[in-house]
Amino acid sequence: MQAALVRFLDGDVWHSFRKSPMAITAAVIAFICIFCALFANWVAPHNPFDLATLELGDARLPPAWDEEGKAKYFLGTDDQGRDILSTLMFGARISLLVGVASVLLSVVVGVALGLLSGFAGGKTDALIMRVCDVMLSFPSILIALLIDGVGRAMFPNAHDTLAFAVLILAIALPGWVPYARTVRGSTLVERHKEYVQAARVIGVAPARIMRRHVLPNVLGPVLVLATIQVAQAILTEATLSFLGVGVPPTQPSLGTLIRVGNDFLFSGEWWITIFPGAMLVLIALSVNLLGDWLRDALNPRLR
Amino acid sequence: MNSTSTLSSPRSDATEQPAANRDADAALVEVKDLAKTFEVSAPWLNRVVEGKERQFVHAVDGVSFRIERGKTLALVGESGCGKSTVARLLVGLYAPTRGTVRFDGQDTLAALATPAGRALHRRMQMIFQDPYASLNPRWKVLDIVGEPLREHGLVGDLPALRARVAELLHSVGLAGADCEKFPHQFSGGQRQRISIARALATQPEFLVCDEPTSALDVSVQAQVLNIMKDLQRERGLTYLFISHNLAVVRHVSDAVGVMYLGRLVEIAGKQTLFSAPRHPYTRMLLDAIPDIHMSGRARTPVQGEVPNPLHPPSGCAFHPRCPHADARCAQERPPLQSLPGLQVACHAVAEGRI
Ligand SMILES: Nc1ncnc2c1ncn2[C@@H]1O[C@H](COP(=O)(O)OP(=O)(O)OP(=O)(O)O)[C@@H](O)[C@H]1O
Ligand code: SF4
Ligand SMILES: [Mg+2]
Repeated sequence: MQAALVRFLDGDVWHSFRKSPMAITAAVIAFICIFCALFANWVAPHNPFDLATLELGDARLPPAWDEEGKAKYFLGTDDQGRDILSTLMFGARISLLVGVASVLLSVVVGVALGLLSGFAGGKTDALIMRVCDVMLSFPSILIALLIDGVGRAMFPNAHDTLAFAVLILAIALPGWVPYARTVRGSTLVERHKEYVQAARVIGVAPARIMRRHVLPNVLGPVLVLATIQVAQAILTEATLSFLGVGVPPTQPSLGTLIRVGNDFLFSGEWWITIFPGAMLVLIALSVNLLGDWLRDALNPRLR
Repeated sequence: MNSTSTLSSPRSDATEQPAANRDADAALVEVKDLAKTFEVSAPWLNRVVEGKERQFVHAVDGVSFRIERGKTLALVGESGCGKSTVARLLVGLYAPTRGTVRFDGQDTLAALATPAGRALHRRMQMIFQDPYASLNPRWKVLDIVGEPLREHGLVGDLPALRARVAELLHSVGLAGADCEKFPHQFSGGQRQRISIARALATQPEFLVCDEPTSALDVSVQAQVLNIMKDLQRERGLTYLFISHNLAVVRHVSDAVGVMYLGRLVEIAGKQTLFSAPRHPYTRMLLDAIPDIHMSGRARTPVQGEVPNPLHPPSGCAFHPRCPHADARCAQERPPLQSLPGLQVACHAVAEGRI
């Protein structure tokens, strides 16, 4: 473990990180957002979901720097008197949770199918790749809406956790295709390399060759893709929530907050929707920039 | 004289006898009518849409030979003639389209399919051409050389594994401490030694070497070849040695098979082949090497192009390039015929024209 750390700090990736101001800035922003989201319970100044602490008299207060604002609500409050800064943190937590979980799910499915496709070849390969083609010919938001709709129709009075599961599935399902394609391509390259052939001559079983030899050598591009897809998944979740089919309203994500705040935009209470929107942009942008940097850092030809 | 003896080394003197305790005359590896066809057609949909035929490459087409225990058979021939395919068929990386491979009397294809046949993987190993691609870049040497030991349960715990890997590294002239390093920390020649150490881990009897030195510098080539020869002497190893470098072949082999477009055209003991080549293609190859004294013939480069393997010439595949070709050569494929001390597939030789 320690050796791995030393090797990492010595390595090219860390070196290129330290030389890239963009990557450092993005990492710092992403870190702050993720930290606040993860530890919202402790970091947030208020608990927006604790009804006892809400004061309706404090509803729709502008940010603290406005004359009418109050210092204790730095970014103002919404129509129910909830502190915007706190709802942002809690909302970002939901968004990140859904985003990361759906990406993990699509990575697992995509990598497994890509490996299988590349290693088995023949009919299996053809079948999986045709399914990919079909998936790609539908807009992913449509698939997500479809699954979400079917999920809701099947469990009309479903529990919140189930609603989350359906949402994660809805975002993950169209998402596995790029992983499957990338991994298939790299697997085709790796499996013809002589170290894989050597393992076969030694008598190592195909499943084990895939896991021990091929998989670690095809994960680089997957890591890059996954980073960028997290931002994409967060945006998809926000879109679904904005359309009102996302997370349950008791647990608002950034998308829900934007939708709710939208109603107040024209009455001049811009902060209710602008801040969640800015937070969303910040997270997506910083994660995307990190992904871009990672792609360059892991691709020796670009250096 | 049967065909076995044709392949025995002309120098099979006492010093070179392998440590094998079996009947010295028994072939360890026996290949009969081996063939491998690859389909290289466009995908089904494209074929239907564009109205194309299915296409096949006969990479290996009816090759037969035997290798005696402790001996080295070299396969030579131009690029694309099917040498690597033969190598891969022998170790079970490809399933043959036709023909059999027998190893120590066992049909390898049938044996490798059974659980008990897995033991066969221990008895034959392969050394690959590219010393950079043949080692997993993410693994330490300990894990690379230790992989066969672990896979076949040949060592108990980590200290035993370390000791055994160090021993293997010593046997190819590397240091035991090297086992903590990664492949990229070694030169090409050192990497090839690591490959050899890995191949030796299960104490195999038969090593298939597919151009093991052609990616190396000339000076390093000699070192690696000498290590391989020493190991053969010490352990009684049997080699199938593939190369397109005839000087190397002359250095290591006991018998030589010459391949052209998937077929064996001549196979003979090393001395016979180098001093009295019969097949026109063999002669052309020998004429092209500079460092072998020729018996009065002028040195000429290999002439003509290798034909497209998708559309091989009719009859004798060599006839478009052959100075002795006649009408029969263009129609009738010459069979491999046994002559005293060699086998050759050529109408002109059979007819006594050359
Ligand atoms: N997996 C494969 N699929 C399709 N065709 C193949 C495959 N492997 C080899 N071939 C074809 O079979 C023929 C023989 O190839 P092979 O690699 O055995 O030649 P070789 O004698 O080893 O050549 P080289 O000296 O370049 O290594 C070639 O025409 C090649 O294109
Ligand atoms: S068979 Fe004919 S064409 Fe072929 S090598 Fe002999 S003489 Fe030449
Ligand atoms: Mg080859």
